[in-house]
Amino acid sequence: MRNQSVINNVDWPLIFLYTALVLLGWMTIYSASLPTNPGSIFDLSEIYGKQMLFIMMCIPLISVILMLDAKIYEKYSLIFYILSLILLAGLFVAGKTIKGQTNWYAFGGFSIQPSEFAKIATSLILSKYLSDVQINLKTTNNQMVAFGILAMPVLLIMMQPDAGSAMIFLSLAFVLHREGLPSWYLWTGFFAILLFLLALLIKLQFLVVYIIAGIIIHYVLNRKNKRNIFIYVITLIAMIGFTFSVDYVFNNVLEEHQKDRINVLFDKNVNIQAEGYNLNQSMIAIGSGSWTGKGYLEGTQTKGKFVPEQHTDYIFTTVGEEWGFAGSMVVIVLFVTLLLRILYLAERQKSRFSRTYGYCVAALLFTHFFVNIAMLIKLFPTIGVPLPFFSYGGSSLFAFTTLLFIFIKLDANKVNEW
Amino acid sequence: MRKILLPAIIIAAALLITVRLYYLQILDDSYNEASDNNAVKIKYEYPERGYIYDRNGELLVANQPSYDIMVTPNEMKDTDTLEICSLLSITKEEFIRKVEKAKVYSPRLPSIFLAQLNKKEFAAFQEKIRRFKGFDIVKRSLRDYQVNEAANVFGYIQQVNDYIIQKNPYYKSGDLIGRQGVEEMYEDVLRGVKGVKRIQRDRFGREIGPFKEGMYDTIAVKGKDITLTLDAELQKYGESLMFEKRGGIVALEPKTGEILALVTAPNYDPSILVGRKRSENYTKLSRDTIGVPLFDRGLLAEYPPGSPFKILTGLIGLQEEVIDENTTFICHHGFFYGRGAFMKCHDSGPSKLHNGIYNSCNTYFASTYKLTIDKYDKPKDGMDAWSNHLKSFGLGNFLGYDLPPGRRGLIPDGDYYNRYYPNGGWRSTTTISNAIGQGEIKMTPIQLANMMATVANEGYYYTPHIIKNIQDGEIDEKFTTKHETTINKEHFKPVIDGLYDVYNLGTAKSLRVEGIEICGKTGTAENYAKINGKRVKLQDHSVFVAFAPRHDPKIAIAVFIENGYWGARWAGPIASLMIEKYLKGEITRKDLETKMLTQGLKEEYDKVINGYYNNKQ
Repeated sequence: MRNQSVINNVDWPLIFLYTALVLLGWMTIYSASLPTNPGSIFDLSEIYGKQMLFIMMCIPLISVILMLDAKIYEKYSLIFYILSLILLAGLFVAGKTIKGQTNWYAFGGFSIQPSEFAKIATSLILSKYLSDVQINLKTTNNQMVAFGILAMPVLLIMMQPDAGSAMIFLSLAFVLHREGLPSWYLWTGFFAILLFLLALLIKLQFLVVYIIAGIIIHYVLNRKNKRNIFIYVITLIAMIGFTFSVDYVFNNVLEEHQKDRINVLFDKNVNIQAEGYNLNQSMIAIGSGSWTGKGYLEGTQTKGKFVPEQHTDYIFTTVGEEWGFAGSMVVIVLFVTLLLRILYLAERQKSRFSRTYGYCVAALLFTHFFVNIAMLIKLFPTIGVPLPFFSYGGSSLFAFTTLLFIFIKLDANKVNEW
Repeated sequence: MRKILLPAIIIAAALLITVRLYYLQILDDSYNEASDNNAVKIKYEYPERGYIYDRNGELLVANQPSYDIMVTPNEMKDTDTLEICSLLSITKEEFIRKVEKAKVYSPRLPSIFLAQLNKKEFAAFQEKIRRFKGFDIVKRSLRDYQVNEAANVFGYIQQVNDYIIQKNPYYKSGDLIGRQGVEEMYEDVLRGVKGVKRIQRDRFGREIGPFKEGMYDTIAVKGKDITLTLDAELQKYGESLMFEKRGGIVALEPKTGEILALVTAPNYDPSILVGRKRSENYTKLSRDTIGVPLFDRGLLAEYPPGSPFKILTGLIGLQEEVIDENTTFICHHGFFYGRGAFMKCHDSGPSKLHNGIYNSCNTYFASTYKLTIDKYDKPKDGMDAWSNHLKSFGLGNFLGYDLPPGRRGLIPDGDYYNRYYPNGGWRSTTTISNAIGQGEIKMTPIQLANMMATVANEGYYYTPHIIKNIQDGEIDEKFTTKHETTINKEHFKPVIDGLYDVYNLGTAKSLRVEGIEICGKTGTAENYAKINGKRVKLQDHSVFVAFAPRHDPKIAIAVFIENGYWGARWAGPIASLMIEKYLKGEITRKDLETKMLTQGLKEEYDKVINGYYNNKQ
């Protein structure tokens, strides 16, 4: 049964979902970038024409990924990883600065964003590291190595500075958790975020009271476990200390635009002509869609180009406006099905490498998907991340395609593994 | 547990997004509106208002173009305030105030910045408008009056106020609406329908073409022309006769109820309420609390009618069969109706109905009134019967004409006096002043004119109206519906004979017009006012009612001159001149005409101001 044909073993549902998302994405970009006198859909001077070209270019890309030996991805993962770190570091020498962020290489009319590819490389090296049977994430040494793998690209990306892309890497913590990282890491992260938001929302003295009450209740409920009361005291002090540091971090560490984005989320002194403009226009576009939307190519907000960056990070506003609640649900269901399908297949993998990599793919895609849509509807602070397969841009399309199809190739190859 | 954490979070996140989208897209409507404000600019095209003609086809009211400068506060950008101020000759404070006011209405929608500029005023601004972002020019049509009379009939045009904008969604800030007169009553007909153009805009406010290829656009529909029943020449003549007098003239065509003239004095030139000076002039008019030029006395003034009311007392007496043509009462320069109670009369000796009317004998009609009320066992029943006859003439209630509603007047009935005398005890003699049109009774000049029209028609009337024709439309059928009174036709003849002899033998002998048989009745109405807290009797009002010719009447008229001494002094001559003018087209009695055109009652009116009454009881 060795080396069965790839075509027979690829997971067609995944390919179907991928194709549907890419094509819907292109239709949406077409609407969002339609000039008054549209020419051919291949018109390369128009955004939709370029995106069509990028989609076409995915076909040879996919063919190459599927034809290469599945072992390559595991074998050369370290090389990919080091290469991507070099590319990230090289940005400080040869990168192009857009809006204060140095995160692009420009080659003539073409530009690529190395952080997109760093996500793939980091996923591969992480999977490779965890696939070793010796590795146990319960041990501090192994934890440190795993964190180190994540930390290097994150630090380089933070220095661009591109906090949004860096944050995406944190979603790989889900992968570590799946592979045995103790749960309290996730819980700590979760509570840190929760406390951070609460500290900005409510008065500190109330928050302190809530924290003390919460800890006491937790202790009382878990009396039988006979936990060390010392741990409770440490946790309490740590949480209160963290709470008091939030104000300082907010005012002194965060950049002005980052503060704005959090203030916009909480409706604090927002000027909708300035820092609140994007979110306000985005909500108007989505909110005016009603049940079935204004019709394809009929969106008044889209036509009027009220939403900035509508073909890239804000592409979902066109879906919301022109296709309404129904259309938005179709897109969301497609994404959720894709993600759950990847996780389902990952759990069926025989090799730990393939399983871990599948988890990385799902975690990364999910974070992009959630953060992108949530920021448009005021559920999350604005972070410039693209919607996978939808947003305009060659770099992100190629990166997401590669990310997904390496997994499809690994999955197709599982029959050859023992 | 570790296997299901990520799938669970994915599903939870998707549900969170779904709920949020459901809220934004389905539950919360505010985004739809925001979207329209954002992306669709609405432009209105204002139709021309309908023209107004008189009954002979003479053009009375046309239109002239005017230009409004509109401002959309949110779209203002790098405005050269100083230059705008100097182009439009306004101060910087005014500029700021106007922009603030526009913001209050809506920062996104255009509201009026400066209204009703003429071509010259706006030409300089127009050349530079491209440089003033957020400013726009809207062309509208303003009234262009071809005549300077009948302002009270036309009404005027004003900008809609906030109250109207809220009440009626058709009107937007800066729109014009007719107020008072036919402009208000026929607003829907005259105004037409404005056209709407929806224009898709981009986020810089640039217009990028018609919204949905113009499928929601409408074109403006011109207002319809209307023809009034008014005789412009008669109206003009009536207004000139009211020189320095206060009061009203109402002339009707009895056979149709058409209003031939509706004069109120003092009046104003309608053209002063057009253009940039409008609000200044309007304020001046509305602040004149002494002459009250905006008060249409023909419709709104309620006066005690005085002697003309005796016509009705007589008719009711005949109908109730308490008198007939030959019933005679003897007058002793007055009428005793109780111990110490005496109604004076200038007449004496025996009177029948005929000379009772032309001599205007108080005794005769007081006796008739007493018999009428006393015919019934209870005074309440008598009063009700009497009151019902009067109400069949359209008195004591709104007549229902197509001008702003005016006043009801007052015709008391049994219940009215029961309220005044809760323990009973009132009788015919208690209310005897009603017999001669004093007491509680109040009528407006148009009710008086309508009463004369009814007498001229021998028992029916049509609701008075000002509309003769609507272009491509029909006038309200209530104006072609006959109203019958409760008085039988045969009772009118003796009364009309008496009215005819008012001119031959009676109180208006001096006012005969050669070749026209006029039937009329003088009146002198007592009136009181409170001055410095004291009830003071002012100079009597001069009243005259008439119709002509006696056979086949063409005009019925009521003239009311405030503080005009007695009926034949001012109101009588004016009525006879109006009738002559209408029926013959020219005036033979030049002296009388000259007197009316050049003399007035200014001195009399000034007495109230300069303290003449202060020492009188």
